[in-house]
Amino acid sequence: MRRSEDARLLTGRALFVDDVRLDGMLHVAFLRSQHAHARLTSVDASAARGRPGVVAVYTAADLGDYWRPGPLLVPPPPIAGLVFNPCTQVPLAKDKVRHVGEAVAMVVAESRYLAEDALDDIVVEAEPLPAVVDLEAALAPGTPRVHEHLPSNLAAHAVQRKGDYARAKARAHAIIKRRFRYDRGASAAIENRAVAAHWDQRAEELTVWDTTQAPIPIRNGLAQLLGLLESQVRVVAPYVGGGFGPKIMMFYPEEVLVPWAAMRLGRPVKWTEDRQENFFATTQERGQIHDAELAVAKDGTVLGVKDVFLHDTGAYDPYGLTVPINSQCTLLGPYDIPSYESEFTAVFTNKTIVTPVRGAGRQHGVFVIERLLDFAARELGIDRAEIRRRNLLRPDQFPFNNDILFQDSAPLTYDSGDYEPALDAALKAIDYGRFVREEQPRLRAAGRHVGIGVVCYVEGTGIGPYEGARVTVEPSGRVRLATGVGTQGQGHFTVFAQIVAEVLGVDAGEVHVVTGDTREFHWGTGTFASRGAVVAGSACHAAAVAVRAKVLDLASRELEAAAADLVLDGGRVHVRGDPGGGLALGALALKANPLRGAVRPGTEPGLEATAYFGPDRGSTANGVHAMVVEVDPETAQVEIKRYVVVHDCGRVINPMIVEGQIHGGVAHGIGNAFYEQLVYDEEGQLLNASFMDYLLPTATDVPNVETTHRETPSPLNPVGAKGVGEAGAIPTGALFAQAVEDALADTGVEIREIPLSPNRLFELMQEAR
Amino acid sequence: MKPAPFDYFTPATLDEALALLAEHGADAKPLAGGQSLIPAMNFRLARPAALVDLNRVGELSYIRSERDGRGGGATAIGAMTRQRAVERSELVARAAPLLAEAMPSIAHPQIRNRGTVGGSIAHADPSAELPAVMLALEARFRARSATGERSVPASEFFKGLLETALQPGELLVEIAVPPLLPRSGTAFLELARRHGDYALVGVAAVVTLDARGRCTAARITFLSVGDGPVLATEAGKTLAGQALSEELLRAAADAAATRDVDPPSDIHASAAYRRQLVAVLTRRALARAFERAEGNPS
Ligand SMILES: Cc1cc2nc3c(=O)[nH]c(=O)nc-3n(C[C@H](O)[C@H](O)[C@H](O)COP(=O)(O)OP(=O)(O)OC[C@H]3O[C@@H](n4cnc5c(N)ncnc54)[C@H](O)[C@@H]3O)c2cc1C
Repeated sequence: MRRSEDARLLTGRALFVDDVRLDGMLHVAFLRSQHAHARLTSVDASAARGRPGVVAVYTAADLGDYWRPGPLLVPPPPIAGLVFNPCTQVPLAKDKVRHVGEAVAMVVAESRYLAEDALDDIVVEAEPLPAVVDLEAALAPGTPRVHEHLPSNLAAHAVQRKGDYARAKARAHAIIKRRFRYDRGASAAIENRAVAAHWDQRAEELTVWDTTQAPIPIRNGLAQLLGLLESQVRVVAPYVGGGFGPKIMMFYPEEVLVPWAAMRLGRPVKWTEDRQENFFATTQERGQIHDAELAVAKDGTVLGVKDVFLHDTGAYDPYGLTVPINSQCTLLGPYDIPSYESEFTAVFTNKTIVTPVRGAGRQHGVFVIERLLDFAARELGIDRAEIRRRNLLRPDQFPFNNDILFQDSAPLTYDSGDYEPALDAALKAIDYGRFVREEQPRLRAAGRHVGIGVVCYVEGTGIGPYEGARVTVEPSGRVRLATGVGTQGQGHFTVFAQIVAEVLGVDAGEVHVVTGDTREFHWGTGTFASRGAVVAGSACHAAAVAVRAKVLDLASRELEAAAADLVLDGGRVHVRGDPGGGLALGALALKANPLRGAVRPGTEPGLEATAYFGPDRGSTANGVHAMVVEVDPETAQVEIKRYVVVHDCGRVINPMIVEGQIHGGVAHGIGNAFYEQLVYDEEGQLLNASFMDYLLPTATDVPNVETTHRETPSPLNPVGAKGVGEAGAIPTGALFAQAVEDALADTGVEIREIPLSPNRLFELMQEAR
Repeated sequence: MKPAPFDYFTPATLDEALALLAEHGADAKPLAGGQSLIPAMNFRLARPAALVDLNRVGELSYIRSERDGRGGGATAIGAMTRQRAVERSELVARAAPLLAEAMPSIAHPQIRNRGTVGGSIAHADPSAELPAVMLALEARFRARSATGERSVPASEFFKGLLETALQPGELLVEIAVPPLLPRSGTAFLELARRHGDYALVGVAAVVTLDARGRCTAARITFLSVGDGPVLATEAGKTLAGQALSEELLRAAADAAATRDVDPPSDIHASAAYRRQLVAVLTRRALARAFERAEGNPS
């Protein structure tokens, strides 16, 4: 089934925040720090205030009591011995700036042009401090501190253990030990962030349009900050051009300042982030350095893993430990690893805040385990696919508890899975055996450098707490569905409609979906952790099931038939065997809301129900990616010849949407592996803050992705679904490294880092010589 | 990313444009396709007080063959000719195959639809294709101001990073590409991170052979290895009087990489990697140019 939202999106009829244009609207530009680290001595905005067209200029001093650090969005799980130093972002920098691009002053003017002109008039006096940039140097004694009330730049320290690694190490045939660096990047959504706000004096209601992935928490938080009732604040996340994680940070300075200014000034106010700001002011994901070792038996059986890593959290840590914990947990992959010792230190640096970006730290962990397995295979003389097969969890081991805590504070437990057939399917799809035995030797003999890779991964998806949905059958027979999660292009309109349509026996085209508008639905959390279909989808299902019960109840009275004999089909309810008879759902809806006559005790008017779904824990998706590459060793250019994905996200509701998610993820992954890198210099300046130099893969750089679905339904939700939003991006770095290394086998290159680039590959080849 | 305030003029003729430029002096900038100037203004890296928009000056947009009385005339290209028009021109494909071969490497079709030949040359980005190609082809540039006109050879036009021989008030109005000699072959090759990006390194090569296949003239130029287009004189000397061989190509590539260029390092490529690319691309481009020269007896 095709995506119902596409016609609107492709013809430019969908509402995005920047499309919100209201009478008297004012526009905002932010003065942002040029320094990565500096003490602010004064911010003088008087000249800017006097510029024609400027309505207001605010600095931290002007915010009064409204100035306060943001909330700790995700408190860390209760890991024994955990150290966590929460330092959350502030609306406008006071006393000190901690990263380039941190907002220092806000100009509100009649147009964005005038607002930007006025930025030049603001005089900032700042004493630059040495910037904390390098992860290892950040922890060295005597290093300047990002947060001076703390004794060091340590943001967090956590150790999680499973089994007895020391014993595993003592018994091992070999210990494979390496240092790895994995760097991620910007989310680079096609739509930057934007916030527009309108205070309606007469209705005493604040409407905020926001590109957030979490409209309901934003509404609740804003009401509290502004001293309003929650019902006085309506937050709309209309169509949003990509989220990928950073749009669920809370609160971005702009999100607290724009509504506040709109209320103070009594005029609508809008701010739309430009691409340059996006590189500094929107959260990113960045690097980790892992020192990891694998204890392995002679036959390739993994006995244990030890990993110690550093994680760059940027200037503040409002998102808690989600990213490093994902790295820590996802490292275990689809494998039966009896002992594990994982220790990480999160480090404050003078860089943009790190929060989850599609994959959310999982890439880093997958890279470490997959590379360790590759090196172990080589050392033990075992085929790379075979060493993986020997360590995969068996179907009878589910649910499988990994004995450590996941990001949602629940034990890391895999609900279900069937891993070996997925590996076989990928090997078959890419014709692994023939490639390794025939094609590769033949091409190598002809001087060509071709390589193959195959990697496995799991993804913890669909975590709680909960989502909700309301389903209503209208007298027209059309069905309204409202849910709280926002949508950023994933296809929610189609998938949620499909789920409800199936339960109610109507055409999916008859289900009208509203998402991300707190006036329509105001309970829920948001779109993150690949949970839309799993959690919100299950809530839609539950609400539809409740409406179905009401339909059956009323219809059995109207048709004088037992509910068990009724069928819902084609928008009608009829007695089995009498498809022409019965009643239309719309007619029933009318009867359920009579103008004369009463609603009977114990019943409610209308065919409407609201339901919620909160899973105990996340469901675990899995997959295998394989790829063939060719490298030109003279120029270090890499060409992807084939890319195969076998993916299991439980029940597939809409194959086209699942494939789209995977393709997009793979594109993100390829960007991460070979194109995208946020390059900071020693002063903490980002050197490539534009799409000229921050290289996103384009259509011509992304190969055709050959996808195979497998379906191992999750027992944790009625739909049987597992998340798929991030999957494509997760194993790509590890896969790329393996395949390129294989192609360059004769050079002896060993790849222990991502991202690569032709330049970096050239350097690695030089070093290997 | 909004530009600082500026005045904006839309002359309809070349004379009007030149008069406006004379009137506003160094604070005014001509606007051609805007594909380099407008981004620079949006980043507020360029803050011209006035823009003189050349897009309505129709007389600057043409591609024609100049008769010089000896049969093979130069190909003349008006400064405002869109890059896409050059890319699609049969005349250019015939008379200046090197130029035709390089055009698709400039950015993307959308940008070439707007970007002009004159704008690219006047902008003189060291990573741009057209300056290197024009230097290899020994093109001549016609510049005009309110007070007069002059012709500048490519070898004297590019003065350094984003700097040319053009004076304030002067417009580049025409590019003349001389015809190739008989038994000439050309080749253009570049490597970019993604298709359409500015190249990490690019090379343009023109070789002319005698009847026995020995090289009588060679011009090899590079982009993205210096402050402007770089002419590889040492590599050229290596080829003089020599016939094609694998050793010759390696010697020329080596001369180019070690003696002709002193490339910069940036976030996309180290100097060492650029040298390596210079060597590899020189070898590959020369092989192609020799082969084409042999196939081009007239
Ligand atoms: C995403 C992107 C990728 C690109 N990639 C490439 C690439 O790979 N290779 C490449 O070569 N270019 C690339 N470009 C630049 C593009 O080719 C531009 O078109 C070109 O550099 C400038 O031409 P223009 O006509 O747009 O000039 P404008 O941007 O209008 O002007 C550029 C400068 O030249 C001056 N100028 C313009 N015309 C004249 C004239 N007749 N006389 C005197 N001065 C004049 C202007 O005042 C200005 O200073 C890219 C551009 C973009 C946006």
